[in-house]
Amino acid sequence: MNKTCRIVNLQEEYSQLYQEHRSMIEDGAPEKMNALRAKAFETFIEKGIPSNKVEAYKYTNLQPYFKGTLDIAFSKEAALNGSSNKFHCSVPELDTHNVFLINGWFAHLEDAHQLPEGVVVGSIREKALEYPEVFEKYYGQNLGDDNDAMAAMNTAFAQDGAFVYVPKGVVVDKPIQLVNIMTGENDRLVFQRNLIVVEDNAQLKVMLCDHTISPQKFVINNLTEVFANENSVFDVYNIQNQHNLTTQVSGMYVHQKKYSNILTNNLTLHSGVTRNNIRVTMDDENCESHVYGLYLSDKNQHVDNYSFIDHAKPHCQSFELFKGVMDDSASAAFTGRVLVRPDAQQTNAYQSNNNLLLTQNAKINSKPQLEIYADDVKCSHGATVGQLDDDAMFYLKARGINENEGRILLMFAFAYEVIEKIRVEPLKENIRSLVEKRFRGEFDKCDSCVVCGHQGASVSCL
Amino acid sequence: MAEDQDKILEEVTGGEYKYGFYTDIEMEEFPKGLNEDIIRLISAKKNEPEFMLEFRLKAFRHWLTMKQPNWAHLNIPPIDFQDIIYYAVPKKKPELESMDDVDPELKATFDKLGIPLDEQKVLAGVAVDAVIDSVSVKTTFKETLAEKGIIFCSISEAVQEYPDLVKKYLGSVVPHQDNYFGALNAAVFSDGSFVYIPKGVRCPMELSTYFRINAMNTGQFERTLIVADDDSYVSYLEGCTAPMRDENQLHAAIVEIVAMERAEVKYSTVQNWYPGDKEGKGGIYNFVTKRGICKGDYSKISWTQVETGSAITWKYPSCVLQGDHSVGEFYSVAVTNNYQQADTGTKMIHLGKNTRSLIVSKGVSAGKSQNSYRGLVKVSKKAENARNFSQCDSLLLGDKCGAHTFPYLEIANNSAKVEHEATTSKIGEDQIFYCNQRGLSTEDAVGLIVNGYVKEVINQLPMEFAVEAQKLLQISLEGSVG
Repeated sequence: MNKTCRIVNLQEEYSQLYQEHRSMIEDGAPEKMNALRAKAFETFIEKGIPSNKVEAYKYTNLQPYFKGTLDIAFSKEAALNGSSNKFHCSVPELDTHNVFLINGWFAHLEDAHQLPEGVVVGSIREKALEYPEVFEKYYGQNLGDDNDAMAAMNTAFAQDGAFVYVPKGVVVDKPIQLVNIMTGENDRLVFQRNLIVVEDNAQLKVMLCDHTISPQKFVINNLTEVFANENSVFDVYNIQNQHNLTTQVSGMYVHQKKYSNILTNNLTLHSGVTRNNIRVTMDDENCESHVYGLYLSDKNQHVDNYSFIDHAKPHCQSFELFKGVMDDSASAAFTGRVLVRPDAQQTNAYQSNNNLLLTQNAKINSKPQLEIYADDVKCSHGATVGQLDDDAMFYLKARGINENEGRILLMFAFAYEVIEKIRVEPLKENIRSLVEKRFRGEFDKCDSCVVCGHQGASVSCL
Repeated sequence: MAEDQDKILEEVTGGEYKYGFYTDIEMEEFPKGLNEDIIRLISAKKNEPEFMLEFRLKAFRHWLTMKQPNWAHLNIPPIDFQDIIYYAVPKKKPELESMDDVDPELKATFDKLGIPLDEQKVLAGVAVDAVIDSVSVKTTFKETLAEKGIIFCSISEAVQEYPDLVKKYLGSVVPHQDNYFGALNAAVFSDGSFVYIPKGVRCPMELSTYFRINAMNTGQFERTLIVADDDSYVSYLEGCTAPMRDENQLHAAIVEIVAMERAEVKYSTVQNWYPGDKEGKGGIYNFVTKRGICKGDYSKISWTQVETGSAITWKYPSCVLQGDHSVGEFYSVAVTNNYQQADTGTKMIHLGKNTRSLIVSKGVSAGKSQNSYRGLVKVSKKAENARNFSQCDSLLLGDKCGAHTFPYLEIANNSAKVEHEATTSKIGEDQIFYCNQRGLSTEDAVGLIVNGYVKEVINQLPMEFAVEAQKLLQISLEGSVG
């Protein structure tokens, strides 16, 4: 059922919500999922929804966004709530395996038979029962030791989400696209919990696309745990494209084993308030990780990327690049924490954060951090804040390009450095055109997405 | 040049902390502990006017409501604030007629430190205010400076003689409620230096304060106030040492600088408090608040620091760039060895238009030490065309130490141009090999490379200090190789 909650004093009501609905939350969920709830709930209540008094959330006070009268779905029926679970996705040039979730609950997988043999894709609560040994080995094992309040909240409350398992040596050619559709008649609080396991020598690319298709306020707390085992290759593209009333806290926790190569790219093209918690743990030697992000915000939007790269073992490399363009009264924050643990020798860690401020009222807070406990390392970080280069602009004008066009060209060139890192060609092309349209102001929320206002019609994510 | 090098090397091989002697001077001490009575006693002892006592009590009452901050990347053992003597004075005659009246023991102390307190050392051309265990003992060159209208004296003296100036500026840059250690200082500060440079005067010599903690169980709380009026210039030096002791001693100081229109203040520190022994026993806790405000247009404040001492350093010399076209600079070398911890950096607050700031920070960590840079560059909404460049480098010598960078960039104006760069690395084996091949021992090679690495900052120091700083670096890093 859908439960409507009025939340004024955060801790009290969330505590009540949990206590009163505990049986419903736990009903039908895998044992392991329920086993972790009590402790996570304690952590969450102790810490509460972070305000800007918490160092890690210094630039994003989440408290006001988690207040209000919100619907929460405690069962699949409530989540789907009459909306057709038959969405179709039609992006001709982008061939993907499509998984649809509605309000955080698994709804539908298209063309399941086309998946390579042994690959499991489905609802986390259902698949956990079918593959208990995988689920129990990995679920909740990579949330780090910093006890993030939002991760704890997710562990306490989340009931469903996607489960993706790629067995040893299997290469999944087509990307798997997890489309989470947010819909409802009232403002809504959504939890989603994904678990992705890529076994030794396997390869997988995942796209996360969240869509708000009704105009209500949505508060989203989603968390994806990824385990990239030996010699695996894993990509995840988190495409954030919501309307202005959306608040999204998105956790991405990646755990790497020997010789694995991972890439995360958070493309925040449109949203209300976005907080991305990205944590990469290189728990074995010779790992490579690429952590990228692009954020384009305008109006009163706010984007906060918090990344934490944990070099726990020697001989690992990490590359980080986050770029942002802030227009109107938009604000953004970036934290890039790189930790090189004792004896993680021969580490290479590069990090860069560049920002363009377009108006008087735009704001940026950047906080790159290096914590280094080993000596044979090469680590660097750079952060810049600035405007479009006057000389470059002059150069373009001298060649007959008008100011507006010149601005768009330069902004696009600035953003392209991140787009370039996308390792799925058609997606790169799509994002490229989306970003260009975004700069031209031709694109408001979800340009090619027909979903808006057409429930049940075909959905195309990009 | 080669001779100099030899001399440095000789001194290096000589030893560890060479300022670790203790001078037996008769001291007058207050009982241990901190309460309103002690503060009243300090104030009464110093014969202070009413407004000073009020300032102290206000700060103390506020301090009681505060908690010791724990956000720094430091591991600070609990401090028992009741176990500290807040006031210790070398016993002396009330008025000193000439240098001959100075306690000979005290004179010997300063001779050992190599401080030109003596008139014979006129040639050194530095005016010195020496502060020992919280109280200013002697200020030199007072008369010469007075001719130009420059006031350079202990802050207690200033309270008596220039109460208006003190009342106007004391606490105007670092208010009494600013931070935990700042509030503590405001409540109990015993002495320090006061400098006032009148309009249009260029101070003809370097002004210098030498701080020394001598007595046991004491804390040192000094407060420096520098006011540079329109179109003036002053360069100010600060040096500090302490004897070797097993227990930790607290040093919580405040430096306030006010620069009016077109004034320039250059503040240099060579901090060499006792860092503790090789096992991390003893040493000074150096918790200092330093802040300058560029009040007038076209003013400039420049901080240069060489931090080699102290068991724990917690220090962020900052600039508030309020006047249009004002400039803030921060040059820092922080060296940690053995079990030392340092969390140091700067804050550049851009408020005025066309303000500029530059940050150059060089950290060197060795042994089992932890060295952090923490800095803030803030450009407020109205600060048009602000410009900042920050460069923070860390050098690691050894695999048990840590080097960390925590820069904060908060930009709310689109015309700002802010750049931050940080690198962390160790000395390359090829560099050492190159030096070895040319007959330099590995230890000398490291010294040479480190000195080259910090040159950009050392160059900012006045000549006499630069030589001392270079020697200090060598000594601090001794035993960190091999």
